Amino acid sequence: MRPLTEEETRVMFEKIAKYEKIMKLAANISGDKLVSLGTCFGKFTKTHKFRLHVTALDYLAPYAKYKVWIKPGAEQSFLYGNHVLKSGLGRITENTSQYQGVVVYSMADIPLGFGVAAKSTQDCRKVDPMAIVVFHQADIGEYVRHEETLT
Amino acid sequence: MGRKLDPTKEKRGPGRKARKQKGAETELVRFLPAGAVQTAGKKGPQSLFNAPRGKKRPAPGSDEEEEEEDSEEDGMVNHGDLWGSEDDADTVDDYGADSNSEDEEEGEALLPIERAARKQKAREAAAGIQWSEEETEDEEEEKEVTPESGPPKVEEADGGLQINVDEEPFVLPPAGEMEQDAQAPDLQRVHKRIQDIVGILRDFGAQREEGRSRSEYLNRLKKDLAIYYSYGDFLLGKLMDLFPLSELVEFLEANEVPRPVTLRTNTLKTRRRDLAQALINRGVNLDPLGKWSKTGLVVYDSSVPIGATPEYLAGHYMLQGASSMLPVMALAPQEHERILDMCCAPGGKTSYMAQLMKNTGVILANDANAERLKSVVGNLHRLGVTNTIISHYDGRQFPKVVGGFDRVLLDAPCSGTGVISKDPAVKTNKDEKDILRCAHLQKELLLSAIDSVNATSKTGGYLVYCTCSITVEENEWVVDYALKKRNVRLVPTGLDFGQEGFTRFRERRFHPSLRSTRRFYPHTHNMDGFFIAKFKKFSNSIPQSQTGNSETATPTNVDLPQVIPKSENSSQPAKKAKGAAKTKQQLQKQQHPKKASFQKLNGISKGADSELSTVPSVTKTQASSSFQDSSQPAGKAEGIREPKVTGKLKQRSPKLQSSKKVAFLRQNAPPKGTDTQTPAVLSPSKTQATLKPKDHHQPLGRAKGVEKQQLPEQPFEKAAFQKQNDTPKGPQPPTVSPIRSSRPPPAKRKKSQSRGNSQLLLS
Repeated sequence: MRPLTEEETRVMFEKIAKYEKIMKLAANISGDKLVSLGTCFGKFTKTHKFRLHVTALDYLAPYAKYKVWIKPGAEQSFLYGNHVLKSGLGRITENTSQYQGVVVYSMADIPLGFGVAAKSTQDCRKVDPMAIVVFHQADIGEYVRHEETLT
Repeated sequence: MGRKLDPTKEKRGPGRKARKQKGAETELVRFLPAGAVQTAGKKGPQSLFNAPRGKKRPAPGSDEEEEEEDSEEDGMVNHGDLWGSEDDADTVDDYGADSNSEDEEEGEALLPIERAARKQKAREAAAGIQWSEEETEDEEEEKEVTPESGPPKVEEADGGLQINVDEEPFVLPPAGEMEQDAQAPDLQRVHKRIQDIVGILRDFGAQREEGRSRSEYLNRLKKDLAIYYSYGDFLLGKLMDLFPLSELVEFLEANEVPRPVTLRTNTLKTRRRDLAQALINRGVNLDPLGKWSKTGLVVYDSSVPIGATPEYLAGHYMLQGASSMLPVMALAPQEHERILDMCCAPGGKTSYMAQLMKNTGVILANDANAERLKSVVGNLHRLGVTNTIISHYDGRQFPKVVGGFDRVLLDAPCSGTGVISKDPAVKTNKDEKDILRCAHLQKELLLSAIDSVNATSKTGGYLVYCTCSITVEENEWVVDYALKKRNVRLVPTGLDFGQEGFTRFRERRFHPSLRSTRRFYPHTHNMDGFFIAKFKKFSNSIPQSQTGNSETATPTNVDLPQVIPKSENSSQPAKKAKGAAKTKQQLQKQQHPKKASFQKLNGISKGADSELSTVPSVTKTQASSSFQDSSQPAGKAEGIREPKVTGKLKQRSPKLQSSKKVAFLRQNAPPKGTDTQTPAVLSPSKTQATLKPKDHHQPLGRAKGVEKQQLPEQPFEKAAFQKQNDTPKGPQPPTVSPIRSSRPPPAKRKKSQSRGNSQLLLS
């Protein structure tokens, strides 16, 4: 996963602070019975890397500096976990560098998930339609596809 | 031409064609041999048609005429005869011989074609073929004659068939016939018979068959309904008790069809208007749900899967049944409140509450089923709900885990008789035991839920109990039980539609305030069957009654048995047990984390009720221990508590003029009375007062006094008190027996622990 940007880090901790009150109440509940509290942003892997979950989308999307809009036809494909091809690309923020973390939107400005830009904005203009432009990382389709493993 | 002219081919199904293929049959008749056989004894084939339906024949003359008219209309002459004979054979089953002799009808001139047809029919009957179309025609015929006078009775079992002559077209088949039907139920015929019987029962005096009782008709109807709609006997019996007959059939029909798909807009992320527009653009045909809902939409049809649109995945709406929106609307959670949702899966109601609260406050969403909790987590994350804690407890463990909520929603697990359209297995797999088991669990959950509500909450103090079941055992009975056991009352739900709950049902009588509860049915409101009741808790103390305090009781029991002297049997043990139980309960029930009890013990006078409640519980537990002197600290606590209690009691006694006292008294009496050492029931304050002194070495002279004051109402208690006062009980175990036990004289009481208490008391 990509590292959190400064913005994201700030946002994440801000949100976490809001949960203090709720956390106090949740302290009453024994650990094995507490299933979920607040919003899961992601999980730490065994090697201490932080993996961001789609459940953090609501919080991160408004702060995203680099966005990618995909065409309606490509929405379904992305929601199934596929990467975004050039043919499905609608718009992309200017100055996106390669391997930059991006938030993927539909044309109606609904956030669909996270991704990593496979090509910089300049390159995107040049590649052929079948090339991948955004690597898929997390999408809201996982709410249905991976309900079991969602935190 | 294109139609098949094969009369032997059964026309199945509810459609018109199946019922009315007169043309083909008419034509068929033409092909039959000319020598029609008109033996009256040819009931076999006819009985095929008639028997199960038990159609009655109207007066032979009229029948004949009608039949002939019909046949003429249809072009089938012999049908009239056949019908006539079938009518006579009413109660004969298909396979039995119809001993009715149709001679009189047949005596009339049968056209050759009729004879031929009859013969044909006999042949076919012999082949065991049922002519459903015949039957339908018969049915039609019989309908015509329905209004006529009483049907003849044909007793197959008796072997003596009577001729049905002036009887209603519908004759109730004899008992023997019932089994036969089961063997080869012809749904068409069964359906027809259902309609006939309902019609007859509606105007029973005029249309009944002579000599047949109403219950015979009802039994027949019950069996037919069970066959036609595939219900088990038990559930069908319950439904017949609940609904009048006309509604019953509508209800059963409604359960065969799914309710319309409805969804609820997630106002945390979008507005209904925008969502509707977006979905329409995707190809969904929808409408607002109704005046009563500002966020609901009903989906008529959709070209895309409604549970997988990007809007759904983005959390803009949630698929939810219309009746599931109602309890949340009734509960009306406010912002910045603390809410408990005891059985939250899959999270539709929880998320609705969160959106009404605008993500403020705290919701504790609990469910006992770990698998279903996953969907709760997923749904709440998807919908952007941030004020919720999700936990995995058995609902009955509240409020011990945490209590003091402003509002509680209890959507109790039930038998599911209101959502049969979603799960047809309920039709057959529910029986008496299941319903009672559900009811027992619901009662326990409801009591726990009530105890988790903080009555002194500034904005709340409400609890909504709802089930998706329509049986009285799970609804009104449970609510009535709670009214008796706790300090709650029913308040209007705020829903302006829906049927009122029952205040009486068969042999049961419920509190009149049950009228403010609401019932919803699939056939009247086009939503899943539902029941909603809204309570307001007006006091945090727990009235004694406690049979349910078994938990508290048990400890006392354990301790007490040894202690209790024989004399105790009566009131003392009971009282003590009660007291202990009570205190315990109250203690447990104490929702506020700050367990006033302890504070009260020291501080006193917090409020009679609350204190009493806490104290009793404390005393109870302690009482047991104190008796034993096993645990000093405990004893001390008890001792302390007791004095407090008594003190409180005193304070309370004047107050307790109300039902509380009575309640307490009652509480005390019942639970304990039974066994010698029932630890259980703590009686209400009064008893507590009395008990305390007895049990715990409470010095209670005071207590006694108090008790006495408090228990004016109950003779039991009075006696108990007196006994207690009189008899020195010493360490006696509080067990039960009702109040009669005498109390050990203060001197004898173990003062070791109580000393401190008594001092407190006195002070």
